Amino acid sequence: MLFLDHIWLLPLLPAFGAVIMFFFGRKLSKPAVNAICVGLVVLTFLMSCGAVYQYTQFAHGTGQPFEKVMYTWLGSDTGHLAYRTTTGTPVEFKAQVGFLLDPLSAIWLLFVTGVGMLIHIYSTGYMAHEGGYYRFFGYMNLFMFSMLTLILGNNYAQLFVGWEGVGLCSYLLIGFYFHRQSASTAANKAFIVNRIGDAGFLLGMFTIAWYFGSLRFTEVNHMARVGGFAIGDPVITAAALLLFVGACGKSAQVPLYVWLPDAMEGPTPVSALIHAATMVTAGLYMVARSNALFVLAPTAMFTMAIVGAITAIFAASIGLVQNDIKRVLAYSTVSQLGYMFLALGVGAFSAGVFHVFTHAFFKALLFLGAGSVIHAMSGEQDLRNMGDLRKRIPITHWTMLIATLAIAGIPPFAGFFSKDEILWQTWSSQGGAFRILWYVGYATALMTAFYMFRLMYLTFYSPSRMTHEAEHHLHESPKSMTGPLVILALCSIGAGWLGWPHSLGGSDRFAAFLAPVFAKEAQVFKNQGEANQLAAGEREEEHTSPTEYALIGLSVAAAGLGFVMARMAYSRAQRGFREPIATASQPFYRVLYDKWFVDEFYDYVFTGRRKVGGVRLGVMGLGEASSWADSHLLDGTVNGVGWATRAFGTLSSWWDKWIIDGLLVNGPAIGAQMLSLPMRLLEWGLMQWYALVMVLGLLGFAVYYVYR
Amino acid sequence: MQSHILSIILFTPLAGALLLLFIPKQNKDLIRWVANLASLLGLLVSVPLVPWFWAQRYDPGFKFIEGGSNNWIPSIGAGFHLGIDGISFLLIMLTTLLGWISILSSWTAIETRVKEYYIWFLVLQTGMLGVFMALDFFLFFVFWEAMLVPMYLLIGIWGGPRKLYAAIKFFLYTLFGSVFMLLGILFLYFNHHTLTGIYTFDLLALYQTAPKIEFHYAVWLFFAFFLGFAIKVPMFPFHTWLPDAHVEAPTAGSVILAGVLLKMGTYGFVRFSLPFFPSVVMDSRVRSWMIGLSLVGIIYGALVSLMQKDMKRLVAYSSVSHLGFCTLGIFALNPAGISGSVLQQINHGISTGALFLIVGILYERRHSREISEYGGISNVMPVYATITMIMFLSSMGLPLLNGFVGEFTILQGAFMENKMWAAWAVSGVILAAAYLLWLYQRVFFGPVTNPKNEKLHDLTGREMLTFAPLLIAAFWIGLYPKPFFQILEQPVNALVQTVRPGYPGAGAPVNAGVLPPPAAAEAAVVPTPAAKGTN
Repeated sequence: MLFLDHIWLLPLLPAFGAVIMFFFGRKLSKPAVNAICVGLVVLTFLMSCGAVYQYTQFAHGTGQPFEKVMYTWLGSDTGHLAYRTTTGTPVEFKAQVGFLLDPLSAIWLLFVTGVGMLIHIYSTGYMAHEGGYYRFFGYMNLFMFSMLTLILGNNYAQLFVGWEGVGLCSYLLIGFYFHRQSASTAANKAFIVNRIGDAGFLLGMFTIAWYFGSLRFTEVNHMARVGGFAIGDPVITAAALLLFVGACGKSAQVPLYVWLPDAMEGPTPVSALIHAATMVTAGLYMVARSNALFVLAPTAMFTMAIVGAITAIFAASIGLVQNDIKRVLAYSTVSQLGYMFLALGVGAFSAGVFHVFTHAFFKALLFLGAGSVIHAMSGEQDLRNMGDLRKRIPITHWTMLIATLAIAGIPPFAGFFSKDEILWQTWSSQGGAFRILWYVGYATALMTAFYMFRLMYLTFYSPSRMTHEAEHHLHESPKSMTGPLVILALCSIGAGWLGWPHSLGGSDRFAAFLAPVFAKEAQVFKNQGEANQLAAGEREEEHTSPTEYALIGLSVAAAGLGFVMARMAYSRAQRGFREPIATASQPFYRVLYDKWFVDEFYDYVFTGRRKVGGVRLGVMGLGEASSWADSHLLDGTVNGVGWATRAFGTLSSWWDKWIIDGLLVNGPAIGAQMLSLPMRLLEWGLMQWYALVMVLGLLGFAVYYVYR
Repeated sequence: MQSHILSIILFTPLAGALLLLFIPKQNKDLIRWVANLASLLGLLVSVPLVPWFWAQRYDPGFKFIEGGSNNWIPSIGAGFHLGIDGISFLLIMLTTLLGWISILSSWTAIETRVKEYYIWFLVLQTGMLGVFMALDFFLFFVFWEAMLVPMYLLIGIWGGPRKLYAAIKFFLYTLFGSVFMLLGILFLYFNHHTLTGIYTFDLLALYQTAPKIEFHYAVWLFFAFFLGFAIKVPMFPFHTWLPDAHVEAPTAGSVILAGVLLKMGTYGFVRFSLPFFPSVVMDSRVRSWMIGLSLVGIIYGALVSLMQKDMKRLVAYSSVSHLGFCTLGIFALNPAGISGSVLQQINHGISTGALFLIVGILYERRHSREISEYGGISNVMPVYATITMIMFLSSMGLPLLNGFVGEFTILQGAFMENKMWAAWAVSGVILAAAYLLWLYQRVFFGPVTNPKNEKLHDLTGREMLTFAPLLIAAFWIGLYPKPFFQILEQPVNALVQTVRPGYPGAGAPVNAGVLPPPAAAEAAVVPTPAAKGTN
């Protein structure tokens, strides 16, 4: 069990690469950077394969999770951070660093390291002429570390560590071209919007700790399964909804999806790895990981299905008319993520995970192919300036065509199986309670096929609209780039076969592998006699229905219809061609082209970056108001008190001088002085005068007595 | 050595200040060397405390006790009585570390009246350490007030353009609060005499009698102490001295002000308010007010931060927000809340101390703190930009860095008391990302637009040395905070047992050591009013 016991090495290997780049990257040559960063990721992939193989030996198909606890991270391990759970039981709060490998994390582990490795190799070609080469690979390795921490963690806190870590790497890589204002703004937007989701995640995590007294997946799941909680338990519903808020941020669902399209400011391999194949599926991973909680919270499941369906069709509608090749793919990613949430919401966990798995290959391939096109066109990203590239960059063309067939749902390519499974589950689960969402999903499938073939026609088939300059430099990408494309193309064909459904004569090994993680939910339902919920976990019985074949036929027809419509509209697109939607309705086209004005709306109402008629609303409005209040009201009060004290002092000093001293002390003195005035007229202190008066007085008396 | 370690730590900076008195003031470089060595020595003498304290971290009561009650001015019952527990231990280590860093960071920043500057700085250092060590209320008050003077002079002499306004505001505002605290101290002093017939300021003695004060007096006393501490923290709405003091103070003054001085307020709550007035802090109305002010502080501080145009003012308001988390944790009154709060105080010292150093470095080069003066700095100062990014991330609470551990534990503690407290506080986490990342974008990203910024030189070796310990501490607390929780376990559990006896978790109340055994046993079986609050 060499690999399994050293599972902690998996995240540490790329972390080691990142640390080397941080300290010494500046001094290393490009081949040295390649050897370290790419080499470590290849090693990680090989060790992951070893670990998963040893895990299958370890579990013998029982799905028993392999868990390895390393050390206590948050907490004292001595019972210090104690609290009481809802039942009044005292427990110690702690979050450990530990690793968990079960079928669910094994699947994520394989495609994250596999696709990650291919994209690292691709990047050595794509980024060859860019500055900051070591910085790019350092961030990419840091991302691999965070993502592996996320999927291998054995508790919510560690998942959150990886969660924030991938968010940070996303921020750093979106802002990789930091001299561009738009790039750094997009990076900030991604981080801050994700933080809103994180706030929900944190609160959900606290709710779980408070309710179950633990953050460990195995313990929480066990308690949720056997604890006798009622379906619809309000606390579990709250926890599930809060976790879903977190998932909405990371996995770009309405209303928090706005960061993902802007994230395309990053280098294209980043878009492929982080913003298509791996990081954005973290939300789905978290929900799937918490499936034991979600099945107890039908409200949360219902919300998730609705949000997923809305996201799917909403993003697809924007993708119909975008002209930037990466933006089309970005909205396509948002839309597909919505699809996956729809699957989880209707209880089709393994179908949702299956779509994550196949999507990782064909969406990574589409982005890398787009990168190859951009590379070939010397940086051009506008579909209107492309065309007729089929013969000029043949490998890119063929691989992208395979990916397009896969995402459009043409059999036997990978996307067909997973998408079809989702649509079927949406139709059939819970006795058809979600059937209305099937129509949404179906319309989305049609739109997906249309915008993807639109992209293919405008890029590869329609007449050339290139500038002479671009045409001159046109070249197929180096082998380091086309190699990964070819491998991903093979996966985009074959990955779906793992889940070949029973109805088409397969054995659906994918669902069987995941069954231990999810099948217990069916057991929960069975025990509690919830017949219509049972359908969520059990699907074999209904697979014989002729409806399923009809639906398969319909969804293939949708893909075909999308293809035909795109062909009619764009196969002869000349320079200055008109969009068919614009021809039909110019205002509607504007609305779609401007993304339903959601960004503008958010800027007016929530962020306050735009003023509504001179008044700033939103957070910045609050900030301005608070700043004003702070300097005028609060500090004004403080200064006011100071001023009043001084004024009072001045007044006191005046009072003291004029009233106390003047009126009361000097007043009587002056009064006395005034009263003494008549006397003073007589008494002026001259001795001779006194003598004279005395003499005159004596004379007067003498005269009086003499003459009487 | 162990028996006098606290005195040695306390007076080493003061001895350095005395030594500086004998150096002629023209000899600036010699003064700098001596001051730096004195502060480094101040840090080094505190290092042996780490293993010694670690060995007895679970022992009850105060450790490394020196002196005793009433031995200083016996006629009034004042004593030179020192001692520490886990809470003060961490704050002392933070103080000695930040003291060394801020003196090191002043090397080129201070050119006028160098001798006085370093003397006052070292005096300040002793004053702050004394506050955290004193076990006698008289001694505590002497240090508390004594430390105001050097800070007042540091702002008033070496500060910015409005230094006099800021210094006077700082001094008077803090003094205003202290006066009420003094009244409270005197009440406790005379109350102790009434109950026991002994006049003493000794903390351990007052721990016995203060909780016996009737509720309607205790409320007034609580608020008298509250004014003293809340102004120091500062809690909303007593915070307006802080931005002015920070903006005008020299860089090192800001580092110490944010890193250590503010912690004296939260330390006061933990050391005095909680164990003195357990019935008051558990009173739901008082508690709601305390929590309410903390939550307003968190959100309001962050909102005001968002709109600042001056970098230092922005960081100052972010302190209001972060300290709101600290007081939230304290008044959550459970182990997670209080431990998280103390840890967050340390974290704030590390992160915000570093943020002020960061602003100071740009200010020293360009003499401007206006955000609009900058842009594209990461092109010219890449190492500086990287360190700034790490410290910003630490300040906004990214996991695996220190800020997260404190915030997470506080939020967890608050959540266990009341779901809405955590829900409101969590919005501060979102806003922290917004104001810090926006600041980073405006200062560091984009092309260099201002020609004055084109030739800025990157960090010097000395500047990197000031950041190194902070970075190491940030990663250490982020990756392996367990030792910190273990150090905090005994004092925090004792506090929780004092305030709400019967709360789950081991430990005896703060005043248990001296109580007669029957009373202690009684305290343990008292029906728990606390249990109401847990759910």
